Amino acid sequence: MTSSTLTRRSLLRTGAGCVAAAALPFNMARAQTPIVLGAVYVGPRDDFGWNQAHALAMDVLKQVPGVTVIEEENVPETDAVAQSMESMINLDGANLILATSFGYYNPFVIETARKYPEVQFRHAAPLWNKDTDPANAGSYFCYLNQAHYVNGVAAGLSSTTGRIGFVAAKPIPSVLSNINSVLLGARSVNPAAVVQVIFTGEWSMPVREAEAANALVNAGCDVITCHVDGPKVVIETAEARGVKSCGHNASQAPLAPTGFITGAEYKWETIYKIYADALATGAEVPNFIAGGYHNDMLRNSDYGAGATPEAIAAADAAIAGLKEGKPIYVGPLKDNAGNVVIEGTMDNYDPVLDGMSYLLEGVEGSLT
Amino acid sequence: MTGADLYIVLLAMIGGAIRVSTPFMFVALGECLTEKSGRINLGHEGNLVLGAMVAYAVSFMTGSPWLGVLAAGGAGLVLGAMHGWICALPRVNDIAVGIAFMSFGTGLAFFFGKSFIQPSAPGLEAIGLGDWTGNSAIAQALQVNPLFLVGIALAVFLSWALANTRWGLILRMTGDSAASARAMGVNIDLVRLLATAVGGLLAGIGGAFLSLYYPGSWNEGLSSGQGLMAVALVIFARWDPIRCVWAALLFGAAGALGPSLQSIGISQGYYFFNAAPYILTLFIMIASARSKSAASDAPGELSIVK
Repeated sequence: MTSSTLTRRSLLRTGAGCVAAAALPFNMARAQTPIVLGAVYVGPRDDFGWNQAHALAMDVLKQVPGVTVIEEENVPETDAVAQSMESMINLDGANLILATSFGYYNPFVIETARKYPEVQFRHAAPLWNKDTDPANAGSYFCYLNQAHYVNGVAAGLSSTTGRIGFVAAKPIPSVLSNINSVLLGARSVNPAAVVQVIFTGEWSMPVREAEAANALVNAGCDVITCHVDGPKVVIETAEARGVKSCGHNASQAPLAPTGFITGAEYKWETIYKIYADALATGAEVPNFIAGGYHNDMLRNSDYGAGATPEAIAAADAAIAGLKEGKPIYVGPLKDNAGNVVIEGTMDNYDPVLDGMSYLLEGVEGSLT
Repeated sequence: MTGADLYIVLLAMIGGAIRVSTPFMFVALGECLTEKSGRINLGHEGNLVLGAMVAYAVSFMTGSPWLGVLAAGGAGLVLGAMHGWICALPRVNDIAVGIAFMSFGTGLAFFFGKSFIQPSAPGLEAIGLGDWTGNSAIAQALQVNPLFLVGIALAVFLSWALANTRWGLILRMTGDSAASARAMGVNIDLVRLLATAVGGLLAGIGGAFLSLYYPGSWNEGLSSGQGLMAVALVIFARWDPIRCVWAALLFGAAGALGPSLQSIGISQGYYFFNAAPYILTLFIMIASARSKSAASDAPGELSIVK
């Protein structure tokens, strides 16, 4: 609501901005502006998950001279995020806003970007459309499924039953791609491997996540991994049941000293450094960045005690392959209802994969 | 569904009832006591979350999970006593104060709990009631936490004490007719203050179970509304401590249904099965609330009944 109304402060600011822009040579004004990055998180910044991954990257940027970092956590995907972004711009002088949760984009980032054309906005999901959305907005995204593929390789060789349990939040494309990549990784080293998935239906529901992890162990899975907002409960439950685990989003290695194998992690600092450098030199801040192993935007957690030596060797080889662009989805592949869903070989960044709506043959579970 | 599958689901539901029900049980018993005195405390979600945080923090700092349980009870006691004291002031609405305390308790817990999300605190040990069977699935389902047994014993005690002791009589009279209680020389504000404080203590202990046993860690999404649901369970259980236990067990078992059905391959319709506890409550409430006796079970001084 407030994002569309014209407040007195914004009116004065826009007016003053116009006068300043007219009076000063543009580049000079830019060079004098301090670099202030404002990051908005949907949850706590130390959730052992998605928000922690972003917050760790911001911590790296705090060490860079000349960069000031402003953070706000627990901002819901409502009008509250528009207000947070406006106060970062008006009160803290932020010149780049990093909106890190999926639901922030439309309408909040788009409308705030239209209202403050001199501020840059970047959103962490591939949603920016160059034809319809403001030029000072943009998207960045990493294909975490590549790191989950590495998880699958290590899990396939660390499991004795060949059954990998996956606690998933909701059946959206990025979650499905992570599940399918774990399967393909595990099958690359153990053709009989199976992934069993349980959907909780919520991004954060700790009691149900613990129930799901327990049910998977009871069903014979001896490696548990997950895609939920905060993997802490899943990893701790797996450790308490004496099975191995693979992480997600940030490193959960300290939570599972005996069973942790490795984990899929983002390396957001690579992207955030690109932004900070662009602001410092006055260059264009890129509108769209898609990251993966090939451009140093992912990593796998350091191997834990659950990883066998063969698993470590195979996982390292898989990482080397991904850095050279070795494809994960090599057709023909069937979904678990028997339909052929991928005919040929897909590039790891093929936009067709962004719309994934199936679980591959070898995954036990269904979408609805 | 084969017989073996049915067995897995039933075992999971029994295990789920034992694992998940304890926080519901403690909050529902605490709320039952409070409402018996004629006051509603909707703020138990706050007590639950603050109790979870305090228990985890104290267990982490002292290394003793049982000290954590005590501290959680203490935190709940303070919140409950504050609620009871504020509600004794003139023209204060207990429901509005309860909603304020929900935000106050969770806010305090989030503020002070920041630094305890990362570390791992020692948790409560379970008693393996099924270990003698030698079957790992049964042993896992019958892992019983001492707090679960304490909760059941407490329900039996409360049920007896409310019916058979002088204190129980005074409490019920305060809840059913404040005028009669005053005529008898009872200080109703004091009775309600004590009932709300003890109710808060029980809710705090329920929170300790969440962070120290199951799921057994502290983070801000830990409760996800269980404190609120437990308050609703009291109405469902018609202000009877024993029925509160049954309601909590039913809710825990229904919560295990979704994940266990998916684990045996019945994966279609998981949104529906995950919603099972809520659907179940809705139907039982419709069925039970239609009877005339349901209304007569409610304490007469409750602001929702008056």
